[in-house]
Amino acid sequence: MNESSFLPIVHNKPVSRAAIPRMEMPAFRSAIIEALARGSRIAALFACPDHADRLELVAILADDSRGILSAAAAPAGNSYPALTPDCPQAHWFEREIAEQWAIVPEGHPWLKPIRFHAPWAADRAPVFETGVPGATDYFRVEGEDIHEVAVGPVHAGIIEPGHFRFQCHGENVLHLEIELGYQHRGIERRLLGGPGHRTIHYIETSAGDSTIAHCTAYCHLLEALGAPLPGAGEQAMRGIALELERLANHTGDLGALAGDIGFLPTASYCGRIRGDWLNMTALLCGNRFGRGLIRPGGTGCYPKPSALKELGQRLDAAERDTTGAVELLWRTGSVMARFEERGQLDAGAAQALGLVGPPARACGLARDARQDFPSGIFRYAQIPVSTWGSGDVFARAFVRWLEIQRSTAFIREQIPMLGDDSAGAVSSRLDAFTPDSMAVALVEGWRGEICHVAITDARGTFACYKIIDPSFHNWFGLAVAMRGEQISDFPLCNKSFNLSYCGHDL
Amino acid sequence: MLSIIKARIRQKYRTFDYPRQKPVLPELFRGRPVIDRAAPGAPGPIPDGCPTGALSKGSDHSLRLDMGRCIFCGKCEKACAGNGVRFTREHSLAARNREDLVLTGKEQKPAEALDGKARQLFGHSLKLRQVSAGGCNACEADINVLNTLVFDLGRFGIQFVASPRHADGLLVTGPVTKNMELALKKTYDAVPAPKIVIAAGACAISGGIYAGHEETCGGVDKLLKVDLFIPGCPPHPWTILDGILRLLGRIH
Repeated sequence: MNESSFLPIVHNKPVSRAAIPRMEMPAFRSAIIEALARGSRIAALFACPDHADRLELVAILADDSRGILSAAAAPAGNSYPALTPDCPQAHWFEREIAEQWAIVPEGHPWLKPIRFHAPWAADRAPVFETGVPGATDYFRVEGEDIHEVAVGPVHAGIIEPGHFRFQCHGENVLHLEIELGYQHRGIERRLLGGPGHRTIHYIETSAGDSTIAHCTAYCHLLEALGAPLPGAGEQAMRGIALELERLANHTGDLGALAGDIGFLPTASYCGRIRGDWLNMTALLCGNRFGRGLIRPGGTGCYPKPSALKELGQRLDAAERDTTGAVELLWRTGSVMARFEERGQLDAGAAQALGLVGPPARACGLARDARQDFPSGIFRYAQIPVSTWGSGDVFARAFVRWLEIQRSTAFIREQIPMLGDDSAGAVSSRLDAFTPDSMAVALVEGWRGEICHVAITDARGTFACYKIIDPSFHNWFGLAVAMRGEQISDFPLCNKSFNLSYCGHDL
Repeated sequence: MLSIIKARIRQKYRTFDYPRQKPVLPELFRGRPVIDRAAPGAPGPIPDGCPTGALSKGSDHSLRLDMGRCIFCGKCEKACAGNGVRFTREHSLAARNREDLVLTGKEQKPAEALDGKARQLFGHSLKLRQVSAGGCNACEADINVLNTLVFDLGRFGIQFVASPRHADGLLVTGPVTKNMELALKKTYDAVPAPKIVIAAGACAISGGIYAGHEETCGGVDKLLKVDLFIPGCPPHPWTILDGILRLLGRIH
């Protein structure tokens, strides 16, 4: 079937694989370029073997303002003309395609591996020589006054590994190249042929600080493909868990930002209060990161009325403590002087790079999957989108603070919605999913949009499962935000994005 | 300035008097597992569903649970329905030897302190370099909180340092991905001897949920001699602190 346009699809609704338009590559490319020019963005772009085991490219585009997704595919062959020169946000996706499936995006301006593994198809000649991250050619600025700074993979704090290569003129950063892949442990490849008995655990640990968000996306897909739907109470419970995850991490980030500029009161208070939020998740399921809480068809556990009462009390206390700790930031001149105008991005750059989450909203882009592509409880209870326009460290911090207030209000509103009669109907059915279908789930995790795409084969098992952590979109945004900054401000800018290494490396 | 002082008073004193007081963990918390059906057990299949193969049966059909592989998901507890494995709320899990993590229904030996010279050297001042080598960042997150004022790690003379040259040892998390193998070895080599190695979390002990993946080495002890194993997925901060304090002879 050859079509000339993308097929509009709805998130969390399966679409028959045969219904996805197959376009010729030139039409596929120009449709993507035109859609992006009209304000859409790439939610997913990946290669996948089709029913006859030929590789094809699949693109999922998101039109946030209209809340519409669209999909199409094109034969990949061994190479195709790269999209990146026309659409910068395709950059990372095309590097991933080249690495996973040995398909060359011809004319890609910076074609390097992103996770440093052998191609998934053993019979295909790799695009890259296999090696470890770190030992590659980096973008270099030449000149007598230029020096290069290399940082990582082992960093100075308790942080995940990554390698940062700065090209500097004095203190000023001309260019930063970020090389990841150290955390690559082979999750995505192990999802093929699933779901199996480890699948849910792979999803829960794709980014351990976003367990709830990733797991919710996975459950939405399984529920789209035939698992039973959760009840109203369980949906509220999932929403509460998602917002608790956001509260813990946003509070921790504001504390860490304060720590990076040496403002110790907020740093130490928020570090502790982050634990209070995590312990609320543990109150619901026993685990601070929400392991075992979100399960296909519902939730893995359901709180007793006494736990709900305690949750409400702890929510009040944590809100009070967080407010007291965070408001010190905005009232302290020396803090504001360090936050403002650092690591600035404008809305145009954020749009071109396809940023998501707080870094996008801090540039004034009202982009939030809870509003644009609502699912679960967010279809009934909306959380207003929080934006700020200045695109700097302050904006990324302040958007987090706005979101903390709104998430707290949301949880308070949702607690009474949890009845005490939910059976906790967790599906143990891990087979018989709709065959030959595709489904897309979008969940607004605390870092931004988490996109999962599942394509099933004739038996109803995963022929393809894509995990796109918000970090996948946003790492390049950090590199661009660092241009012209002082290298000494890197920790501050880095923390204001706080991206995931493991969620990227998978 | 006044608002900062006011906030300080409102935020109160929060450091928990550990280990003199025992922390109370949530009702649903899954801590140390116990095997109810001690040897000799009945023939029959292993309770279904363990994702990491932590649960096995000995030659006498008795159940064995390897805490080094266990991700504390609780599937076995549900499958056994109260007659087999049960998770308690006990947070103390660490062991000095890998085989001590395998529970058989007999009492588990708590982690012993370092001996003689090492304890004299590190007992009151231990500087650790943390190396994150794969995994999901949950272990790192719950190690990080030891620096917050509830736990206040510094009061025990334990500190995470930026350079391996300043460290007495490594605290490693993650299954050690192939892509981190060299970096871990180099970091270890940069630590001056005598040095200790602590493996925290199921990944670091056995590869955890990623066991068997060729992208990983399957645990720290495949590369380095490990002095302390701290199970969990991730280990609770109190579990980590308990393990380190036992190693230093500060908890008996």
